[in-house]
Amino acid sequence: MDSISSPQGDLILDDEPEGGPTFLDRLFDHGLLIRTGVDGLYGRSGAFESVVEALDRLISRLGAADGAEVMRFPPGMSRPAFERSGYLKGFPNLAGTIHSFCGDGAGHAEILACVEEGRDWTGQQEATDVVLTPAACYPLYPVAAARGALPAEGRLFDLQSYCFRREPSLEPTRMQLFRMREYVRMGSPEQVLAFRESWLERGTAMMRDLGLPLEIDVANDPFFGRAGRMLANNQRSQGLKFELNVPVNSVEKPTACLSFNYHQDHFGSTWELQQADGSVAHTACVGFGLERITLALLRHHGLDLAAWPEAVRTSLWG
Amino acid sequence: MTIAQDIREILGSNEAFAGKVDQLSDDDSLFDMGLDSFGSVQLMLALEERFNVEFPDELLNRKSFSSIRAISEAVSTLVKQEAA
Repeated sequence: MDSISSPQGDLILDDEPEGGPTFLDRLFDHGLLIRTGVDGLYGRSGAFESVVEALDRLISRLGAADGAEVMRFPPGMSRPAFERSGYLKGFPNLAGTIHSFCGDGAGHAEILACVEEGRDWTGQQEATDVVLTPAACYPLYPVAAARGALPAEGRLFDLQSYCFRREPSLEPTRMQLFRMREYVRMGSPEQVLAFRESWLERGTAMMRDLGLPLEIDVANDPFFGRAGRMLANNQRSQGLKFELNVPVNSVEKPTACLSFNYHQDHFGSTWELQQADGSVAHTACVGFGLERITLALLRHHGLDLAAWPEAVRTSLWG
Repeated sequence: MTIAQDIREILGSNEAFAGKVDQLSDDDSLFDMGLDSFGSVQLMLALEERFNVEFPDELLNRKSFSSIRAISEAVSTLVKQEAA
């Protein structure tokens, strides 16, 4: 399967005239997003949050029958766990580490002087044992592995977290801090692939019910550098990642709102996570970009939530 | 030393093949034998350094690194291009 698309004949993103306010400008003007002075780092209004929360509940309803175990982690994770995860092999440029002042009284005086004089004050900051969570499932794997081998039926987890990726952008869909909802399945290759297949169908139906034009495409993660190009090619050729794309900023470069990922035994090997028979566990996940889906809804149904199509409002708020 | 021997030596430094390189035939699938994606990237970088070549984008895929024979053919082509 390379691509599933819904009819896009009526799709026109022409409400952004040349030289006029961008979609991001209009989100600010309507108070839906709030400027902080940093690209990709925004406050959210009550209206914006009401959509995020409704989506979160909708995703819970769609997955309720599966009985996933709910876990919520803060948006920071253990640095040793992060290092072991292998994230730095693929995405060193996106990682965010937490550093804190570790000096003494003289050092304190020095940083205050630096701030006063507009000089760099960060020289005495040292890396802590916390890094920012890059994907909602990253804190899960060591926790799951510590429980021992999976039961025969495998396991299913429900996660949601703010995630950080260092990629400042003026595209509102590319935030540096955003929320990712995930279901993560662990088990045999057959179990996790069946899970991914079921969410390809459920996710597509969910987005169609929300009145959004979409395409599902083979995809790759944004691996860093030349070595990354090889990883990306491998990922695509093996069909390990699919994305559900919706035109938000442009029709030419649609936005990935959901992703469906088969990790093979990558996390199982990394964390020594075993199936019931002792073989290495396979994992898969479906990820929902809560802000991205919200932005897609705002783009296609307008910035006034009360004027959204009744069917969409019913899907979200009952 | 032939290119294939050089490749075997480099493979031997990969965790998946340590001590097992002599048992590999030129056509064995390296991925079936335990080479993973990151391992293939490390292999690619080591080959580039050893043979002083750069793999073009169209060769940065699993097929190019699927067996010792496939790697030998890719490297031979690159070495000849470099010499030309």
